[in-house]
Amino acid sequence: MLWACVLLPQLALDGVLRRQPPTEAPLVLVSGPAQARVVHAANRSARAAGLYRGQRLTAAQALLSQFAMVEHDPEDEARWHHLLAAWAYRYSGEVGLLAHALVLEVSRSLNLFGPWPRFESLLRDDLKELGFRHRIALAPTPHAAYVLTGVHDGLAVMTPDTLRRALSPIPIARARLPGDVTQALPSMGIRTLGQLFALPRAGLQRRFGGELVAQLDRLAGDEPSPMENYRPPDTFEQRMEWTHEIEHVEALVFPLRRLTGDLSAYLAGRDGGVQRFELELEHRSGPPTRVTVGMLSAARDATLLFDCARGRMERLELSQPVVAMRLMARELPPFVPAGRDLFDTRPTNAVPLEQLRERLRARLGEASIQHLRRTVDPRPEFAQTTTAGVGATSVASLPRPSWLLESPRPLRGPPPTILAGPERIETGWWDGGDLRRDYYVVRTSQGQYAWVFCAPGEQGAWMLHGWFA
Amino acid sequence: MGQVVALDSLLHARQIWKGRAVPLPDSSQPTGWPALDAALPSGGWPEHAMTEILLPIDGVGELQLVLPTLARLTREARSVMLIAPPYVPYVPGWEARGVVMAHVDIVQAGERDVLWAAEQCLRSGSCAAVLAWPLQADDRALRRLQVAADTGKALAFVFRDQRHALQASPAALRLELESEPSLQVRIRKCRGGQPPAGMLPLAAGWS
Repeated sequence: MLWACVLLPQLALDGVLRRQPPTEAPLVLVSGPAQARVVHAANRSARAAGLYRGQRLTAAQALLSQFAMVEHDPEDEARWHHLLAAWAYRYSGEVGLLAHALVLEVSRSLNLFGPWPRFESLLRDDLKELGFRHRIALAPTPHAAYVLTGVHDGLAVMTPDTLRRALSPIPIARARLPGDVTQALPSMGIRTLGQLFALPRAGLQRRFGGELVAQLDRLAGDEPSPMENYRPPDTFEQRMEWTHEIEHVEALVFPLRRLTGDLSAYLAGRDGGVQRFELELEHRSGPPTRVTVGMLSAARDATLLFDCARGRMERLELSQPVVAMRLMARELPPFVPAGRDLFDTRPTNAVPLEQLRERLRARLGEASIQHLRRTVDPRPEFAQTTTAGVGATSVASLPRPSWLLESPRPLRGPPPTILAGPERIETGWWDGGDLRRDYYVVRTSQGQYAWVFCAPGEQGAWMLHGWFA
Repeated sequence: MGQVVALDSLLHARQIWKGRAVPLPDSSQPTGWPALDAALPSGGWPEHAMTEILLPIDGVGELQLVLPTLARLTREARSVMLIAPPYVPYVPGWEARGVVMAHVDIVQAGERDVLWAAEQCLRSGSCAAVLAWPLQADDRALRRLQVAADTGKALAFVFRDQRHALQASPAALRLELESEPSLQVRIRKCRGGQPPAGMLPLAAGWS
């Protein structure tokens, strides 16, 4: 067994930061009761100014005159944690949640994703894309990986015998042992895990109880770690909230990209797709604005989801400013990747035709793409339709133009030269749309070939109906 | 005055290197018009590139020029996109010229979206040919289409008014249609060769 641990040192802060476009302005999360507010987390520029976790807010304000403050929300943090677990599920069937960290069993995943260095960079790329700071370590037990990430980012310990050597120099304070032990051991002169491993177990058991011994066994792999396996939920829901109001649809594009990116990561995790999802734009008062994004087939590509959603959003008129946005996906059908022929000569970055049509529809409107099909109706106006069905197959031998005017209009200019005709079309008595016309092919003075008609037996007063373009 | 030397003798003495353009590979996209194929440097439509077709007025034979190609592509079950056509394509007329309409998508786009839609279709790599009728297109917009056609390996046909003839164009091929005295086409620019001087007659497409 090999476990990778992904430590998320700034989970809450990253969760807040990724709601907004990247910024260098100081920002802190605050928590605690109203009388004793403390800094829960600080971003890079706030830390550079001397702010740190656990600092009293009054002290922070004395150090730095201007910084953005966001109330820390533990539930929000838990949501991000679960989202990342769903993402990790893509890489391993065994995912566990630890405080500020995820562990995943990867020994079998290495066959699929390549040797550890490549696999590790895959994980790092994903996390960077998702916007989470992280530290990663690999070890034969989940707890050892958890401890190692805290000490050395990027460390990979592959075998149980090298594990003990890697753990030995780790100070007790950073070994994630039960709380009272961490304080008691250094005062007894035991400063590293190596010293602790060397002590007789029986004495430790008597002095500190079974929990410490069990923890040491879990670290070394002598005892399996009791851990609840993460299972991804069957629906996806993610919400983003802002401290300010957003009045323009354009400003929603950034959070939208985040939400659809999260959805895509979640879908990849459970190897599924989505065909329809809802966006809810919440306002200060009144019911939220709902936008339904539907696709022709199950999809999970982040760009495609974003394009479709943005197309719908761009046509939206905001009646009120938006304070929060929620993305919900309830129907999650299985995803079938589009098959590609091995000898397909199309470029590798090709967008499948259906996906292209979805993209066009999303921006130009549902009815923007049409297929024309012939009908059996002899009347030119009804000789073709955009609705689906079985079309007529016979091909007319009489001249037919390639352009048709939406509605006939008088042909202007000098009298044209008649090239062919008349062809009488007299029909339509069955639905009240009967017509009686003589059709001619004429050449206009400007050299166009036109399809014109007039009342039977009366040449002149030409009505233009099409072009032989 | 220096000595007068005949050019022939210099060439014979191999003192002058006569530069010659690298011949273009033959196009696998014949136009369906033998006279036009013969006049084009690659023997067909420039592949993965844009062809600009300039018209004096609508309905003079612009479709006539491309319908043989569209018929060939759709019979091979390859996709063709029409973006913002000025009139309704008349199915009986298209089918009579061999086009399989099931592979033709008509995209209704507003003036602002024509170029966007054309670029999306060209870039996608899943369309064999894209026909677009932009009303407003500057040099930069056309260059984008040219690049998109190259990326997506598609044929791009852009139909524009003749008054744009004087404007520079990044198109690989520029054709100008004339309807008087009869339908004919002039090659204004072709990549990889000198445009021939004369006009090429086309058959009028009503029969």
